[in-house]
Amino acid sequence: MMLEVRDVYKSFDGKEILKGIDLDVEKGDVVAILGPSGSGKTTFLRCLNFLERADRGRIVFDGEEVDLHTASKSQIADIRKKTAFVFQNYNLFLNKTVLENVTLGLTTARHMHKDQARVKAIQALEKVGMADRLDSYPAQLSGGQQQRVAIARGLATDPEIIYFDEPTSALDPELIGEVLSVMRQLADEGMTMLVVTHEMEFARGVSQKVLFLSDGEVIESGSTRDFFQNPRTDRAREFVNKILSNREE
Amino acid sequence: MDEHTWTVIVEAFPRLLGYFVRVTVPLTILSFMLALVIAVIVALIQYANVKGLRQICRFYIWVVRGTPLLVQLYLIFYGLPSLGIVINAFPCAVLVFGFNEAAYMAESVRGALESVPKGQVEAGHCVGMNYLQIMWHIVLPQAFRVAFPALSNSLISMTKETSLASGITVMEMFRQAQVINGRVYQSLALYSEVALIYLAFCTLLTALQHWGERKLGSYGQTTHQPGVFARLFGAGKRGAA
Repeated sequence: MMLEVRDVYKSFDGKEILKGIDLDVEKGDVVAILGPSGSGKTTFLRCLNFLERADRGRIVFDGEEVDLHTASKSQIADIRKKTAFVFQNYNLFLNKTVLENVTLGLTTARHMHKDQARVKAIQALEKVGMADRLDSYPAQLSGGQQQRVAIARGLATDPEIIYFDEPTSALDPELIGEVLSVMRQLADEGMTMLVVTHEMEFARGVSQKVLFLSDGEVIESGSTRDFFQNPRTDRAREFVNKILSNREE
Repeated sequence: MDEHTWTVIVEAFPRLLGYFVRVTVPLTILSFMLALVIAVIVALIQYANVKGLRQICRFYIWVVRGTPLLVQLYLIFYGLPSLGIVINAFPCAVLVFGFNEAAYMAESVRGALESVPKGQVEAGHCVGMNYLQIMWHIVLPQAFRVAFPALSNSLISMTKETSLASGITVMEMFRQAQVINGRVYQSLALYSEVALIYLAFCTLLTALQHWGERKLGSYGQTTHQPGVFARLFGAGKRGAA
């Protein structure tokens, strides 16, 4: 098992957002985290990378156990070195060019030599089809292009797992495809991915596992095929039906 | 204007300019550098929300912004000696101008720091950068760009405020004009001359600000950049702030 997540709790201002979430991820898994708005999907993902401090919970990453509530600075740095995070709003560094966005983490956090970082960055940018825009600034790119650069920024650090937090939710409909196809390609190459998404087509076609949350609880957790064909719970069945009927409209 | 007035103006000019260059300009630059250092520290303390220190910073800004600069000058220069604290006029002026302007500049810098989207800080953490690296490479450069016009404003204000130092015996350009006037009784001519020298210098600073904003660039964002003429006289379309 590459990543075990156990018993994650999180409250904001006395409101419980996560009520004990568990998840197992094998190497090469693509896990779709689904659920209605406000179900805690994003908070869960953010807790895994310490962007939010969970009230309770632990993860075992590569056999190393880390408490999500009490983790030390060095433990957090360690986990973050093995992971990449792709945000809904891309969060590119606006004062840096495309190339610098990708190399910055390598030259600062990993003390990589500038030339070596450049080679690595260009490889990553080629993978997402953005190597022809090295000197552009984020403000000169479309949302889809920015998100692809953001994915390259993560890829360049050789992560063992990439967390995607609604990577296409901020995009105009015509730009969603280019980002999803990059993600599909990564999945095909065996990248381990946790994806919070509303793209059911993607979830159904690419993920092997589904974690379905509602009101901060795991309602269903299992294979994608089972989730879409035979949802075990009413809430999941309702969710799937709603989405399928939405698509037919 | 009679010939005598002209003679006064012409004869006063080298002396006034001399005091401007030797006293007013160094006073402005030293005070501004002090203010910049204090402002950045005070702004960073508030941005990073350092408990305890933050309250002290708010208190400092509250007191300094709420009292007149001239009163502060008098208080420190004429008041403190009765507590046994005597500071020479020039360093006293630098201290008061520095601490005074810093209170305003700290608010500009804090606003600029807070204008940098938090998501970029999170992204920095996620690629493994530490807090200092994120501040240095991501937040400060963007904040500096945002704060630059406001800081230029402060520099221009400060240039003119240094004339208040005449009130605590600093022999700068304005006090020198008063001295000359005591001899020749040509207030209108002399004080107009002083005003024009300030105006000329502030025009230079405005042009420098414009040049600096261009130089800093805007990271590929297309913003309306008024020309120097429009900048000076407010002519033409107002650009978005």
